[in-house]
Amino acid sequence: MDAPAKSGQPLPRLDARLKVTGGARYPSDVAVANPAYACLATSAVARGSIRAIRLDEARAVPGLLDILTYQNANEIKPINFFSKGGQAASSIMPLSAPKIWHDGQIVALVVAETFEAASEAAQKIAVDYDEEPPTATIGSPGATVNAVADVSEEHKDPGFGDADAAFAAAPVKIDAEYSTPTQHHNPMELFTTTCLWSDGKLVVHEPSQYVYGMKNGVAAQLGMDPGDVRVVSAYIGGAFGSKGSLTSRTAIVALAAKRLGRPVKLVSTRDQGFTIATYRAETRHNVKLGADRNGKLLAYSHEAFELTSRPDDYNVAGTTTTAVMYNYGAVATRVNVVHADRNTPGFMRSPPEVPYMYALESAMDELAYALQMDPVELRRINDTAKDPNPGNPRPYTSRSLMRCFDQAAAAFGWEKRSPAPRSMRDGDWLIGWGCATACYPTQIAPAAARVSLTPDGWARVQIAAHEIGTGAYTVIGQAAAERLGLELDRVKVELGDTALPPGPIAGGSNTTASATAAIVKACDAIREKLFRAAAGSNQGALAGKPIADLDLAGGRIVAGDVSEPLTAAFKYMGQAAIEEYVESVPHGLAADAMEKLYRGRVALAGGPKGEKLMFAFGAEFVEARVHARTGEIRVPRAVGAFAAGHIMNPRTAHSQLMGGMIWGISAALHEATEIDERSARYVNDNLADYLIPVNADIQTVDVIFVSETDREINPLGVKGLGELGNVGTNAAVANAVFHATGLRVRDLPIRLEKLLPSV
Amino acid sequence: MRPFIYHRATSDSAALQTVIGGAAPRDQPPTSARAQFIAGGTTMLDLMKLDVMRPSEVIDINRIAGLDQVEKTPDGLRLGALARMADVARHPLLADYPVIAQSLTLAASPQLRNMATLGGNVLQRTRCTYFRDPSWKACNKRDPGSGCAALDGFNRSHAVLGVSDHCIATYPGDFAQALIALDALVEIRRQGGERVLAFADLHRKPGDRPDIETALAPDELIAAFRVPAAPWTRRSLYLKIRDRQSYEFALASAAVALDLAGDGAVRQARIALGGVATVPWRAREAEAALVGHKVADDVAQRAAEIAFRDAQPRRRNAFKVELGRRALQRALLETASLEI
Ligand SMILES: Cc1cc2nc3c(=O)[nH]c(=O)nc-3n(C[C@H](O)[C@H](O)[C@H](O)COP(=O)(O)OP(=O)(O)OC[C@H]3O[C@@H](n4cnc5c(N)ncnc54)[C@H](O)[C@@H]3O)c2cc1C
Ligand code: SF4
Repeated sequence: MDAPAKSGQPLPRLDARLKVTGGARYPSDVAVANPAYACLATSAVARGSIRAIRLDEARAVPGLLDILTYQNANEIKPINFFSKGGQAASSIMPLSAPKIWHDGQIVALVVAETFEAASEAAQKIAVDYDEEPPTATIGSPGATVNAVADVSEEHKDPGFGDADAAFAAAPVKIDAEYSTPTQHHNPMELFTTTCLWSDGKLVVHEPSQYVYGMKNGVAAQLGMDPGDVRVVSAYIGGAFGSKGSLTSRTAIVALAAKRLGRPVKLVSTRDQGFTIATYRAETRHNVKLGADRNGKLLAYSHEAFELTSRPDDYNVAGTTTTAVMYNYGAVATRVNVVHADRNTPGFMRSPPEVPYMYALESAMDELAYALQMDPVELRRINDTAKDPNPGNPRPYTSRSLMRCFDQAAAAFGWEKRSPAPRSMRDGDWLIGWGCATACYPTQIAPAAARVSLTPDGWARVQIAAHEIGTGAYTVIGQAAAERLGLELDRVKVELGDTALPPGPIAGGSNTTASATAAIVKACDAIREKLFRAAAGSNQGALAGKPIADLDLAGGRIVAGDVSEPLTAAFKYMGQAAIEEYVESVPHGLAADAMEKLYRGRVALAGGPKGEKLMFAFGAEFVEARVHARTGEIRVPRAVGAFAAGHIMNPRTAHSQLMGGMIWGISAALHEATEIDERSARYVNDNLADYLIPVNADIQTVDVIFVSETDREINPLGVKGLGELGNVGTNAAVANAVFHATGLRVRDLPIRLEKLLPSV
Repeated sequence: MRPFIYHRATSDSAALQTVIGGAAPRDQPPTSARAQFIAGGTTMLDLMKLDVMRPSEVIDINRIAGLDQVEKTPDGLRLGALARMADVARHPLLADYPVIAQSLTLAASPQLRNMATLGGNVLQRTRCTYFRDPSWKACNKRDPGSGCAALDGFNRSHAVLGVSDHCIATYPGDFAQALIALDALVEIRRQGGERVLAFADLHRKPGDRPDIETALAPDELIAAFRVPAAPWTRRSLYLKIRDRQSYEFALASAAVALDLAGDGAVRQARIALGGVATVPWRAREAEAALVGHKVADDVAQRAAEIAFRDAQPRRRNAFKVELGRRALQRALLETASLEI
């Protein structure tokens, strides 16, 4: 099937106006009758147990309604961590015991008549702890280490050949340690939950990247039939992974609303967001690259350590991506998790690729200098069309990496680069140019959808997919508009509600591929019915035409230059609407994947998992400027070229990629959650001290779409790109800073104190 | 946030009357008094929401007439304490005092500068994260005698000059560096009178009482700042070094004003350092070292070394010694080469 024309148009978002005028109702904006307001109290120690909770002062606050603690509300049933068959973001269950697992663990929920009273009472709760010395991070005393391959059913460390021997024998080598810091998503929208009950049924308004997961998880925690729980999340004010699995707050708020017999609304604080949700854990990497003098990679080995909580084995194990990136001669990898007294980490935009590609792409740059070779050429020499493992030479369905490099390099002006470090300068500013590969696995999930069409040419599309700011309403609407021959404004799209057919988790950049696969299938069923009616009738202009000649366009059924209005076909059928409910299960998944979707379990196909490798690629180029006296680092210019199959909507895609690159710059230079090592507590848990760039820090960010057609990946030939843009940027910035200063910073973020010795 | 009583004063005498009604003993700092003034509220409300400042009465001084003027006086400039940062920064009279205008423009964000007043600005409180979050038990500034979590904690933003074993919190403001460099004075109103203090005497180093930050009593109101006219004010600038381009406190900053002879030799220098000290910091010995010399790399470097001779770095802020020196060196060179 050809990529449909309309679906490639840069249409403005359906919800653009609503969003800028306040008309888009985010979950905490939804008005409920007579709400009570909740605030959380969280632990001030990272390890130990609660000896006493003193509530007298809090109870004395006028307007106080209820305080839930483990002593009076220990009734939430445990559910499994999401990678162990459940939906939970952490296996630490809320208010279940006096044990403290991490800083900022929820110890009480206060409910009051007003938000002010609830927050005052929460501040007045006094907790006494029996403290134990906590373990803060990788390398801290008390940390325990496991190989991921030993603790995970899914992960096997990729490798082939004798990488040690190949490395030992290689004439040119790099052997370096890299590290990435703790980072928090900090979406604009805070972590909110509103719960209301009626007739034993629960409605939850909470920003969620997976409403079916939340519905099933909360039902299990509360011992309810999932059919009696509805989760509504029509708009999500930024998520980036932090709203993907079920955090502990939801069930507590539900419980509070039940006890009170009144809706309860929680808006947590910014600092609580650092500990009641997830984060990107800190990682450490040892990367070895060995090459011959022509740059051909002979060996790649990569050992990584990722931080996680005590009870959970959360890991991202990005070596499954890096091990297929280039045409290595031999590969050895090993990924470890390090358990400490911390909250459980979780998905954050491009979870595996961001830290692992930072390490690999930094090492590739170091190798290019060691070879005195242009870094673009090094990637060209080692480009590959298949898995380099000769035992499993799976082809890429498509891979346009070098076309991305060439187009981005041309736009950036790379040929004007003088290769030696510290050789470019503008007055007091040292200038450096760097580049790196971006990639993201192309994934697809099962999805169900309902599409209906009425004779007046209006369509309605219903799927519990999620609008996390990416433009999902628009892109999903475009797919239906295209197949039904309608303008986009004739399509009503409903998302983010478990009253709708189950859609995929908004994670792994799979929404567009998965949702549109189901929607196209539903639309095709509608087409089929209309065409049969029009062609099969014994009257009308299309009577007797072969069905294959019919199409829908401009609200009519057409065949060449003859056409009939939709109304005619509906009349022949004697129907006033057609509604199709479809399920779509992508190739490569187990037979029960669809059934699991209804139960709130995630299954994704594609990426590095199947018989073929499915990835989107990009190349990113960055200019860094470093002040020669005081070491400030600025990035005035970035260019990214990306090949991601068919681009459904260049406008929303551009925003995703540009935003990704900006985040990449942010992660390279600014973002880090600082941990007080003595107490294992986060220190800069606010937006004044957790730095992200301001407008003045971001100047030119150019996004180039490299055309690519891939008919194998999914019906519309789309590759997810929501997470592509911020992969590679870290390394591109670090490589540019090295080129500017001659100093290689291998520990993110790159801050001026790390550069002072070089300037 | 705790409940509080809100008063609105329309005259300074009314404000002082009200504050006395709720005042703590006069030897307590204003920041722990029962009744406290609020101007733009950009420090005060933040810290009240965080449960760090807990006044039970708040006296809004924004409606007091006549305290928001920017005027030229026979001696120089007079800046009313209620003037907004944004209004002062773009005031034409500031053209002869670029260091002041720049220190204001480079601070905070446009929204904050529209709200925040000069009086509140000089009294803004430290950004030490341990201070701003009461779940950290040890903070001598917030809770005298409780210890200092920052000494061996995450202290990247903390001070290297003027520190004590009890507190190393940085004085975060920018404008105060311009004031102290230019020998400003503070007009202070109290019940039945007024006193004038050298701006350099307003702030107190932490010593063993980091909770006492200024020489103000709870019943004293800052009315204005006086900046004397001087031959060096025109050749002045404020250099602010930070991780990002805008909207961030200084990691290191330098307010510099120079009076140069015809041959370029320094007749008089004024230097203040921000982001590196516990109080607005005047570097008088460094100033003296410049006199009689043309500002070149080596001269500037020597002055910078003198300025940081007594620095006491900790683990995460050790870089500030070198960064502060380089910021000063750069500021001196740039000031000397200004076309005026
Ligand atoms: C996000 C953020 C970023 C910032 N960035 C910067 C920056 O980069 N550089 C910088 O310099 N500042 C910065 N600030 C601080 C800001 O400049 C101050 O908060 C502001 O100037 C305080 O003025 P205000 O009028 O709002 O004071 P208020 O908050 O109203 O008062 C502050 C204190 O001063 C007292 N007070 C106020 N006026 C008087 C008076 N006339 N007499 C006696 N006591 C008085 C109050 O009682 C209170 O204790 C930032 C603030 C924020 C929130
Ligand atoms: S440095 Fe000062 S403000 Fe910060 S924790 Fe120590 S005593 Fe408190």
